[in-house]
Amino acid sequence: MSAVSTASNTQVRIATIGSVDDGKSTLIGRLLHDSKGIFEDQLSAVSKASRRYGDGTFNLALLTDGLRAEREQGITIDVAYRYFATPKRSFVLADTPGHAQFTRNMVTGASVSDIAIVLVDARHGVVEQTRRHVSIAALLGVSHLVLAVNKMDLVNWDETVFDTVVTDVAAIVSTLGSSVPIHPIPICATDGENVVDAGDKTPWYEGPSVLELLETLDITPAATIEARLAVQWTLREHGGSDYRGYAGRLEGGAIRVGDMVTVHPHGYSSTVAGLTRAGSPTDIAVPGDAIAIELADDLDVGKGNVIVVDGTHQPVDATGLIADVCWFTDTELNVGDALVVRHASGEVSARVAAITHRLDLETLENTPTDRLILNDIGRVELALSSPLVVDEYTVNRAGGSAIAIDPVTNATIGALMIRSGC
Amino acid sequence: MSAVTSQNELEILASRSHLDRLESEAITIIREVVSGCESPVLLFSGGKDSAVLLWLAIKAFAPARLPFPVMQVDTGHNFPEVIEYRDEFVRKYGLELIVASVQESIDRGDIPDPGPTGSRNRQQAVTLLTAIRTHKFDAAFGGGRRDEDKARAKERILSFRDKKGGWEPRMQRPEPWNILNPRIVKGEHLRAFPISNWTELDIWEYIAREEIPLPTIYFSHERTVIERDGMLLSVGGPVVPEDGEVPRKEIVRYRTVGDMSCTGAVRSTATSYEDVLAEVSTARITERGATRADDNFSESAMEDRKREGYF
Repeated sequence: MSAVSTASNTQVRIATIGSVDDGKSTLIGRLLHDSKGIFEDQLSAVSKASRRYGDGTFNLALLTDGLRAEREQGITIDVAYRYFATPKRSFVLADTPGHAQFTRNMVTGASVSDIAIVLVDARHGVVEQTRRHVSIAALLGVSHLVLAVNKMDLVNWDETVFDTVVTDVAAIVSTLGSSVPIHPIPICATDGENVVDAGDKTPWYEGPSVLELLETLDITPAATIEARLAVQWTLREHGGSDYRGYAGRLEGGAIRVGDMVTVHPHGYSSTVAGLTRAGSPTDIAVPGDAIAIELADDLDVGKGNVIVVDGTHQPVDATGLIADVCWFTDTELNVGDALVVRHASGEVSARVAAITHRLDLETLENTPTDRLILNDIGRVELALSSPLVVDEYTVNRAGGSAIAIDPVTNATIGALMIRSGC
Repeated sequence: MSAVTSQNELEILASRSHLDRLESEAITIIREVVSGCESPVLLFSGGKDSAVLLWLAIKAFAPARLPFPVMQVDTGHNFPEVIEYRDEFVRKYGLELIVASVQESIDRGDIPDPGPTGSRNRQQAVTLLTAIRTHKFDAAFGGGRRDEDKARAKERILSFRDKKGGWEPRMQRPEPWNILNPRIVKGEHLRAFPISNWTELDIWEYIAREEIPLPTIYFSHERTVIERDGMLLSVGGPVVPEDGEVPRKEIVRYRTVGDMSCTGAVRSTATSYEDVLAEVSTARITERGATRADDNFSESAMEDRKREGYF
């Protein structure tokens, strides 16, 4: 079948996060440059742009700051995606903006990442924006935090400066109750120290370089729940055949032909009669696969239904949600506001029934409030017009996440992490 | 009970390659857009990226038929091999093809006539927007990839276009967890980019793995070319040798397929998927840098065209 044997190469998704000017774009430029992920014409375009926008020295950040406004202002506004590969892994890297006003773009980049690289400027240590980004990454549930303490050359490679940053970041993570592993590395992105190769300026640091870590960290999700499939579309063959395939992406666990399933929210029971993966028949599928399920019984199933393998962890058919929301827009969120909530199992109208607290990023404590403003992370209770089939976010990211949409402007105005449904 | 616990399942999970992950992601996006939009269309140029996109779309709905038509924007300066390939592909898979003609836009006076040798690349946007309005499409799938260009690197998977068809990079909808927001009002439309996260190398590895048919010009052949602005342009159609340009025969292939007036060939002896794959994995110049005059005018050339409604 295959004309070329393609090496099975794991793909890893990374987001770089941290405050403005901590050197995110420069670190990425360095990773791309040193792993030979940059082409000659891109390098010559960067030299040209460095002369125009910078002080003339070769500016690696211009590799990723692609929009004219970004180049002119010297900042990253939107997420830029970059791609590079080593013989061990291929990487999709989301370079996220450091400015607080573009936090929504940081959430977007980090939400689909396996690994977040937190950049901290060694001279300034942990600042409010670091605190905000580390908190969001921890709440979003990335598998690993790589803590790159940058510009170590400007603090004379002082180990105590490095240790202070590491202690501060560990405190943020533990205060939030997260158990995400932290991997600290002292680096200098502009000259590449400890980025791709180990340097000689940190004899007190014996760990791997940033790239070595990215190549080796284990990103296999620990699946602890039964397989579920939010139906996106029903496949029907034309002309005579009674084939009916329920198409969607599998989440949670594995599914096999013969498995007993329940269809939410109705509660119908059936058996998996057939499976296809990417259009071809298969006996078994694993999480992440784009599949279609045939059921043994003729049921009324379509968009809005979730097919779940029978077992102990069933999703909830919810008309009420308790969720943490990252608020993306200038208009504040108040009790009684109308929203549209879009989730894997459907799009419904919602009303804000309560706002209980917001996360204070200085103290990392939940502070009582009755409204949320731009870039707040807070707890809300929503009443839904019809049921969604949800999981808790910490158990299943796909079934536990949703977006809030402004019903008037259609803008996406919030990211929801579902804590419980009822 | 059926959670991923057994060794067998872990092994299957670990055996999913980067191509499998990209394939699943693209199929999921295609299905989501079809379920969230009334009237989608797939833009099929006959190039390798749109061939992969169409292949994924066919797989997304197999064994059912593709639930939307495919559309080509015909600049009138397409390579004849590409038109031939397009027609064969459409016939083989029983697809509905719409051709939107730049020449008709010129004849109607919608766009100025750039003359027989002028590039029609930028003008395609007008023809595309007219076709989207005429057929009342609310979403157009494109084979754009973020690694192609720095403006594309900033684009969402579902890209919102206003009533004039324009793109506003500062007003893009966030897509946390890849949850797409397909809500629009009448007159607005969406562009959907299911293969956003694929690189040129991923595309070739997938084409080779799946044995996806391609136009013959992607493989080495002899062609009469002239060298202009450092690019090898095929003589004929819109490309007429000017003073001092001497046509000569070269062994070449194309890395991208676009308008004949601005798509350059590269010297190559690669005749098979394996040969091309070997060539692409050692290339030191991006495909657009090597072969597209249209992107090299300024460092914001692509951003400017996208704001005007380009792909």
